[in-house]
Amino acid sequence: MDAAEAAVDRARDELLAQLTSDLGDSLVESHLVPGDDLWIRVARGAWVETAEFLKTGLGFQYFNFLSAIDWMPSPFGRDMDSQVDIELGHDEASEVDSSLEHGVAGGETRFQVFARVNDIVNGLGVTVKVDIPDDDLSLATWTGVYAGADWHERECWEMYGISFDGHPGLRNIYLPSGFEGNPLRKDYPLLARRLKPWPGIVDVEQMPGDDDDEESGDDS
Amino acid sequence: MTAISDRDQLSYIAAQAADARVNVELETEGMTLNIGPQHPATHGTLRIVAKLDGEQVIAADPVMGYMHRGYEKLTEVRTYPQVTTLINRIDWVGSFANEVPFILAAEKLMEVEAPPRAQWIRTILFEMSRIANIALFLGDMGLQVGAVTPAFFAFRDREHVLNQIEAVTGGRFHPNFDRIGGLKDDLPAGWITETKRAMKKMRNFCDEIEGLLQGNEIFEARTRGIGVIPADIGLGYGLSGANIRASGVDWDTRRDNPCGLVHNELDWKVWTHVDGDSFARFWVRLQEVRESTKMVDQLLDGLPSGPVMAKVPRIIKVPAGEAYVETENPLGVMGYYIVSKGDLVPYRVKIRSASFNNISITPWLLKGVYVPDIITILGSLYFILGDIDR
Repeated sequence: MDAAEAAVDRARDELLAQLTSDLGDSLVESHLVPGDDLWIRVARGAWVETAEFLKTGLGFQYFNFLSAIDWMPSPFGRDMDSQVDIELGHDEASEVDSSLEHGVAGGETRFQVFARVNDIVNGLGVTVKVDIPDDDLSLATWTGVYAGADWHERECWEMYGISFDGHPGLRNIYLPSGFEGNPLRKDYPLLARRLKPWPGIVDVEQMPGDDDDEESGDDS
Repeated sequence: MTAISDRDQLSYIAAQAADARVNVELETEGMTLNIGPQHPATHGTLRIVAKLDGEQVIAADPVMGYMHRGYEKLTEVRTYPQVTTLINRIDWVGSFANEVPFILAAEKLMEVEAPPRAQWIRTILFEMSRIANIALFLGDMGLQVGAVTPAFFAFRDREHVLNQIEAVTGGRFHPNFDRIGGLKDDLPAGWITETKRAMKKMRNFCDEIEGLLQGNEIFEARTRGIGVIPADIGLGYGLSGANIRASGVDWDTRRDNPCGLVHNELDWKVWTHVDGDSFARFWVRLQEVRESTKMVDQLLDGLPSGPVMAKVPRIIKVPAGEAYVETENPLGVMGYYIVSKGDLVPYRVKIRSASFNNISITPWLLKGVYVPDIITILGSLYFILGDIDR
């Protein structure tokens, strides 16, 4: 088992070395979990070049998915992703920490697009991230390289408002055409949660082998 | 379209042309045909706007979103254990399989491993969801070409598997049974012998379907050489599961990238087909059901004893980090990309559902086919609308 894992590590190390030598300065940051996964972050200008190199140069023929992340914490407090408990009628905005905290492979901007492609022959996958500056929410399209990126970019466009230059038809894919707003942005309120506070925080399931017998009846 | 079996394709076109010659004097103009949103071949509400030239499709544009439930947004307001309730409803005929990659991704971030018995039972239920799911496809595929009997057989025999799933989980379609660190419960008494009986019935069902459809003149004429997907195109669109294996790509996450499930301890085979047409997709799925029944038998024989739940904290907080786990679900590769910030709730969950990618090839694939073939091609790609719309 250990030997097999070490071999996989070598494959990922090699892959990262190849990416580093080909992309040069365009490869901003990388994150490698041995025996598990690889993340790279590239410069916005090298987005398509990265895809081309991955597909033709390294054999990553399989397009897995493309999406985006909004790193700005939700301004709505506890009922969204934040654990800050905001009392009713309190001035909400002042309570919430709105500093950006990025995940693996780092980042500088609020929005990041990330995509995953696979080399199915060697069983490797790589997640490619790219920063999207706030003042210009656009990115070059991957559709020329991976045909499957078409619908994923449409989804990303309507959910985050990030447009893709050169995309053959950026239309709504799920939402009705007159829809306003970008629902997956963190500052887009989930109305149901705004109207009714989140009950989830107290709803902890009884685990098998748990010996506190009588729970104060929260299962109505 | 580059047909692999050119002869079949040519004879088909010639037959169509002979029919069309009657109208050769008449002037034709393009026509837009709306298929759906409600159509039996769409397993939900998918609408296809097809531009036609006579009987031939010039452009086809699927319109989705009639069932979009915004799960990616909703996961951001649910605790990790609560999310499984939602994601049960993505692919609603193979629900348990939806839970598995999410739970595995969360376990990966928490660095928790389910006890062996839980892993084996997970794999059993995972494969049983596949059988229940694809059994429906096998019946439905007959229905698309006008054969009603297979559909009844499918609904009759699928029940054997669903009953067994219900006996363990309490739900026929929405088990909500997988937990971070293991499973909700152990198997009930007498379940193993009963399940073996069900697996035998499913193998009989496969034989019945094979006898009914394979070799049937109408079925072969409607599926052979229709909707051919070359492997490189399929990979570029991110097709997965039986759809890509029917194009000759020998790739199965269960074998090549096992994560948390025990498929690699079993003796089984990944089936592929070189043709890439509707028939190949049907055939590969038929073999997969058989293979799954064998896997379940082996799993039941080798089931280890022990607990089904690892020691996990009562209130589950997942450490900050990012993890992506994908598994080979009934419809194809399904993955969850979880971004955690160390809270009770995920910060972002990207749901990579199989059908979304599988169906994204339709604008390319339906170009140039004839109207009745739209139905068989969609049927053979096999998607569940909940898996597209999420």
